[in-house]
Amino acid sequence: MNAVSSWFGGFIWTGQTVAFFLLAVLVVLAAVTLLQFRKVMHMALSIGLVFLGMAGMYVLLGADFLAFAQILIYAGAITILMLFAIMLTRHDEVEEEERAGFRQWIAGLGAAALGAVMLWAIRTTAWPPASAQPPWPAQKSVNALAETLFTGYVVPFELVSVLLTVALVGAVILARKEE
Amino acid sequence: MAPIGSFLALAAILFCIGLYGALTKRNIIIVLLSIELMLNAANLNLIAFSRLGVSANVAGQVFGLFSMTVAAAEVAVGLAILIALYRNRNSTDVRDMNLMKW
Repeated sequence: MNAVSSWFGGFIWTGQTVAFFLLAVLVVLAAVTLLQFRKVMHMALSIGLVFLGMAGMYVLLGADFLAFAQILIYAGAITILMLFAIMLTRHDEVEEEERAGFRQWIAGLGAAALGAVMLWAIRTTAWPPASAQPPWPAQKSVNALAETLFTGYVVPFELVSVLLTVALVGAVILARKEE
Repeated sequence: MAPIGSFLALAAILFCIGLYGALTKRNIIIVLLSIELMLNAANLNLIAFSRLGVSANVAGQVFGLFSMTVAAAEVAVGLAILIALYRNRNSTDVRDMNLMKW
């Protein structure tokens, strides 16, 4: 326990940190089992668990609106859309068992090296101490988000709505059966 | 409150898992799922910095919201391409989609 707590900068064990660790273990386990499953359907269900765990992380970070948007958009819409795509293609498909090839080793080594470099950089950087109070007024994170979004970021907000419309039209055109 | 380093470490681990999945998996749906995993990890970074960063403010949440919207658009278009490919090639294996490979 000591080694773990010194790796993470030696913090105090409170309810929030315990919740953080439980959620972190849940998310990482779900992500790893996602890659281990053979059935495509099980993979899609396990990524729903990852999205729910991430929503819990957002609650811990005081981003209430984003947590609910995460549940609605990711755990709801995107997971269901993936399930639709699986059902519309070959839903009994099984990711084939294959020997660890050269490419797989290279990809694994690359990902591990990238992770090691990032973890080392995170470890050696002096971060500001975690403040107990969020930078926005307590219990008012949605109000603060709305104020910033609709004053400073109105133009990007409108552009995003245009982007969503374009993506919707593009998806319909792409998926339409050709005459 | 957990320090920002732990959130960043979790995001880095998730990103690497997603990267490995995107590089090695054969089913194009799983590749899309892995890309979603990587986007989620980046989102966690944005929100962690908005709460615990040096100049913490709510702008990080705004950026997280935008990247979530872009991810939703990306999934819609990606799945439409997938359906079109499946109709033409009758397969969801990335190795069958090599028309533009040099």
